[in-house]
Amino acid sequence: MPGAPGLRAIEVDVSAWRDVAQDVAASGGRLLSLWGTTTTPSGPTVAVVVLLPDGAVAITVRLDGQEARCPGIEDVFTVAGRMQRAMRDMNGIQSTDPDTRPWLRHAAWPANAYPLASGAMPPPLPAPVDDYAFVRVEGDGVHEIAVGPVHAGIIEPGHFRFSVVGEKVLRLEERLGYVHKGIERRFTELPLLEGHRLAARVCGDSAVAFSWAYAQALEGMAGMTIPPRAAWLRALALELERAANHLGDLGALGNDAGFAFGLSQFLRLKEGLLRATERALGQRYLLDFVVPGGTRADLSRDGVATLDEIARSLALEVRRMREIYEEHPGVRDRFVTTGAVEPELAVRLGLIGLAGRASGQSFDLRVDLPCEPYVSLAAQKCVRSEGDVLARVTVRFDELLESLRLVLAILARLPAGEHAAAVEPPGEGISGIGMIEGWRGPVAVALETGPRGTIRRCHPHDPSWNNWPVLEHAIIGNIVPDFPLINKSFNLSYSGQDL
Amino acid sequence: MFKTLRQIARIGNVTEKPPVADDELRVREALEHRIREVLGRALCIRQVDAGSCNGCELEIHALGNPLYNIESLGIRFVASPRHADLLLVTGPVSRHMEVALRRTYDATPDPKLVVAVGDCGVCGGIYGAGYASLGAVSNVIPVDVVVPGCPPSPTRILQGILTAIAPARAKPAPNTK
Repeated sequence: MPGAPGLRAIEVDVSAWRDVAQDVAASGGRLLSLWGTTTTPSGPTVAVVVLLPDGAVAITVRLDGQEARCPGIEDVFTVAGRMQRAMRDMNGIQSTDPDTRPWLRHAAWPANAYPLASGAMPPPLPAPVDDYAFVRVEGDGVHEIAVGPVHAGIIEPGHFRFSVVGEKVLRLEERLGYVHKGIERRFTELPLLEGHRLAARVCGDSAVAFSWAYAQALEGMAGMTIPPRAAWLRALALELERAANHLGDLGALGNDAGFAFGLSQFLRLKEGLLRATERALGQRYLLDFVVPGGTRADLSRDGVATLDEIARSLALEVRRMREIYEEHPGVRDRFVTTGAVEPELAVRLGLIGLAGRASGQSFDLRVDLPCEPYVSLAAQKCVRSEGDVLARVTVRFDELLESLRLVLAILARLPAGEHAAAVEPPGEGISGIGMIEGWRGPVAVALETGPRGTIRRCHPHDPSWNNWPVLEHAIIGNIVPDFPLINKSFNLSYSGQDL
Repeated sequence: MFKTLRQIARIGNVTEKPPVADDELRVREALEHRIREVLGRALCIRQVDAGSCNGCELEIHALGNPLYNIESLGIRFVASPRHADLLLVTGPVSRHMEVALRRTYDATPDPKLVVAVGDCGVCGGIYGAGYASLGAVSNVIPVDVVVPGCPPSPTRILQGILTAIAPARAKPAPNTK
């Protein structure tokens, strides 16, 4: 299939779908993404991307045209539950699984209208607040704490319902979808060669990962290879994005553990990196850097020097901060054993990405299914098995230092030549999937063309879909005041999953 | 402990000079100058993400770093709208956040100011308005100052906040000829 390297495509009939899913699970595969499409002339389909130990497979499940129902697979892949509910909200394809509550739809549109079906949407409902059936925990002394959607800090909105006894959390139930702004439908209104701009804005902290995945799918579908320099510049941007996010989060994690010094130091380092990025590549956050065919800007010799200098100085300063974090007994006490996700649970729930690697799930697209330039760069995987906040902090430190190493390696070996090539838009009915390891984990963008350079369907997938349900487990048995720390150690995206 | 102290001494004070107010960002003039002067000495901000991609939030976070050091100007972010003088709102306003945004606005005591941050908060940005998005913040609550950009830089956001609390530029004297 065009797009990500090593991606195979198969088609299955709806009657065989559950057997196929069980075979995938039995051979150690995990489900990355699941979405529906009802606008393809050949009939409705459910598309699934699974990651196997030796590659990735895109499975297309052909539905019986008469009945938009699909066998549920939540018992095989827990992570499929919310994606199937979202598919019902967006496309009207109903799974047979028991949880029929809406997921992305609150009350902004009626249950019998589907934003991804063709045609206009009905006007919004008069009562924009609905009643969601949270699972109640009952017993002596159990009470609920409701938090959000507007949170107490500078954070994205979502709702958390804690059932607690005293300060101990018995259960957490998340309700998301508050920042659903209709991204998938918006894609179908944009020209194919403009979609990367929206992809970059699916989740602002992963702009390079999403826009690269979009471009990778599109370039694969167009049958073109981008200039080597373009691929290396994209990897440079991706590693700068990863480093900036880790710097910010490592500071916030120190702060949530009562160590404000950590926040001010790391935010200072992050600001230095953002300013250097702006000097070298034109933007602090690279929302418009990746374009179909290459990159918007080239890197000058001065830019190389700027980034080389900041990467070297950061590597030194981060190591210094790491020592301070490691030797601080108060910080360590808050990190150790807090919010633990054992490897066994991580496998069962399908934890992926950065948080997965802190719970022994050794998968990283840059190593396991590398595109250029990662084939030549030989990125190192950073894995721990304890699964607690400390493990996630440790993986972040390791990945941050690895990203800085990669930045220096890219700058030293950056090939000469063009930084972009012209793209001839592919014809109608072509599909492809791009996959890039963003800082949170694997990001995927599935694309299908309509007539005359339009987008028929585009589904962006953020790894937060996979990891939000695991956060509900990570908090069990911990105390309420540790939730901000545990939450920050995952730092999942709301916008990326709400779409 | 020694390493922490040494690091503090090594870095020292890195705070930079703040930008000045920019009247171009002002879209509405609702508060008396006197009140603005009072708020200006100790401004409390409640940030509301009403549908953003989180890009603007990253830059709002940066205001707290030691270089912009917003707290040194007497401005701080608070946990409840009931403690706030100013709402810093990012968009586009999703329909699912419309009620939460209205309630947050209503919970903020008068006199209050609203600064809309980012292209999406200012005009809906790339998402526009649709079945799930209401577009600009001003489609839902009154807005005093807008800060365009995708995302706007921390300097620009700070400038927007300072504009909201700065006395407006004197109106040109009426022609008496």
